[in-house]
Amino acid sequence: MMKKISKSQFSQLFSNIDKSYQLFLPVELDGKVNFDLWQEGDKVNIEKLKTNISPKSFIFPQSETYMKFKRDGKKLKIDNVSGKKEDYVIFGVRHCDASSFKLLDNVFLEEPVDRLYEQRREKGTIVTMACFEPEENCFCTSFGIKPQTAPIEVDVTTWDLGESILWQSQTQKGEALTEKLNDILEDAANQDKAELNSLQESTKGKVKELPLAKLDPTKITGELKDLFDSEIWQELSERCLGCGSCTFVCPTCHCYDVSDFKGDAQTGERFRCWDSCMFSDFTLMAHGNIRKTQKERVRQRFMHKLVYYPNNHEGVYACVGCGRCVEKCPVHLDIVKVIKKLGGE
Amino acid sequence: MSCNCNEEHVNPLIPEIVVIKKMRVDTQDVTTFRVTKPGGGKPFEHMPGQCAMISVPPLGEAIFSITSSPTEKNFMEFSVKRCGEVTEYLHSLEVGSEIGVRGPYGNNFPVDDVLKGKDLLFIGGGIGLAPIRSVINYVMDNREDYGKVDILYGSRTPGDLVQSEDIFENWPSRPNTKVHLTVDHETEGWDGHVGFVPNYIKEIEFSTDKVALICGPPIMIKYSLQTLLEIGFKKEQIYTTLELKMKCGIGKCGRCNIGDKYVCKDGPVFRCDEIDELPDEY
Repeated sequence: MMKKISKSQFSQLFSNIDKSYQLFLPVELDGKVNFDLWQEGDKVNIEKLKTNISPKSFIFPQSETYMKFKRDGKKLKIDNVSGKKEDYVIFGVRHCDASSFKLLDNVFLEEPVDRLYEQRREKGTIVTMACFEPEENCFCTSFGIKPQTAPIEVDVTTWDLGESILWQSQTQKGEALTEKLNDILEDAANQDKAELNSLQESTKGKVKELPLAKLDPTKITGELKDLFDSEIWQELSERCLGCGSCTFVCPTCHCYDVSDFKGDAQTGERFRCWDSCMFSDFTLMAHGNIRKTQKERVRQRFMHKLVYYPNNHEGVYACVGCGRCVEKCPVHLDIVKVIKKLGGE
Repeated sequence: MSCNCNEEHVNPLIPEIVVIKKMRVDTQDVTTFRVTKPGGGKPFEHMPGQCAMISVPPLGEAIFSITSSPTEKNFMEFSVKRCGEVTEYLHSLEVGSEIGVRGPYGNNFPVDDVLKGKDLLFIGGGIGLAPIRSVINYVMDNREDYGKVDILYGSRTPGDLVQSEDIFENWPSRPNTKVHLTVDHETEGWDGHVGFVPNYIKEIEFSTDKVALICGPPIMIKYSLQTLLEIGFKKEQIYTTLELKMKCGIGKCGRCNIGDKYVCKDGPVFRCDEIDELPDEY
């Protein structure tokens, strides 16, 4: 059953969720909006489409300690650090970002299962917020994502009707959350559903008018090796600074590093953290480096998203069209340019 | 995703503790480490060609091929060349020291199907004997399952030849097994063959009805492969093993890509015609 809640009751809504879950939602601070742990008095911003950093960090944290060690003479002791324990809700995830979770699942939940990631996925309830006004840098529809309709696997999906939001649970976890909020959620009226339908219809029209609407990765054809040997990589990579911003804001980038932190002489911990294929030492070995210049690194990133990942995952591209790289790349070298150069428009 | 057992699933990145039981100094920069679990026994089973991640906190982890054969029931061995931070630290340890190990990772040489009943030609260069040795000893322990065995092994100097007991004593004494050794340059005290591995392949005039397994420095692999093709081998008869930077070993950290393959799980063993399908980035 579709539910509804007035925005004037948001504070009550968040505080009720907060009783049973850790609640993360888009909070505005110093002009930037990012997902953060909700606290009474926070400036919650559900209008902003793209948070600065994607909510990927809740299921795949930027840095995560998973092991502690202690050396005592010749003895070595290793302790497993377990993952996320608390149930949590991420409220206000956009459909592009919600779709990225599925892409990360394909990597981390494939055997052998990444248990830290699995725990975070199990503990999390994802509440999305539909987009009725996609922005000029948005191109989620190029990857089959609908801004007005949530992917079926998200737990709860919501729509902003201005004065209120509509609330629809889609999974058991979503149902469990909805039940806890029964006191303050009311049933949506037929009139609300009609309004939703008309907003969804008008969004379908708006996305067709977006500047990047014609972007179509399926038009990239050709053999893997021919695309690999394409001349575009040299030209495109010449401007790349190797800063790695694209990989850090990207909701689908999943490469990580494993490193040890030495506490004192005897103890320390091992953590994994986001890494970037744009960095020169990413593939550096004692005997040399297989990707010596930025050309090979730029090629790796985009070939991974547009060719390698789809080859390994039933044709699904490793991009959700959120447009963060389009906004953040200091030299405007983004996936949109690459898709166009490879004939995808 | 859920499970009814009360045990917590094991995080595949957590290493198991093993004890260094023996350190055999092979050359000035290669030492073979023999390890067992603290109570004895191997940390896990493996097949020839597979790799394992060795952990030496607080310096991290690195991937190594397992050089002992699966037929060795009591311990596991790794030949490690000192060339980076992790390997430097490993070499500084003493017998009795505990380290971490996790694995096995990747695929293996097809010892139980394709190689069975065939004549085998092993070609190794320097520390590249490490993964090949696991196969050779597996073959030696199941000798009747395989045909003639030729082992061609070379290094820069006689002092760089690893596993001297195997190459000088154990293997040559086995039936139907020949060991051909070579070093790059004339050295005092060496009365064996002198010359690069690819040239030696040509000189010996091997028959081409064998399966060849090559491992060594990239340049040696390249020219040995070229030579084998010149003398009539087909790419489908040749296997090699690749090595790239790895962090997770389980196909997730995104580091050992060659095209859409991950060396850690789709490799490290590739047939040479399969390598042809990959983009040139290894």
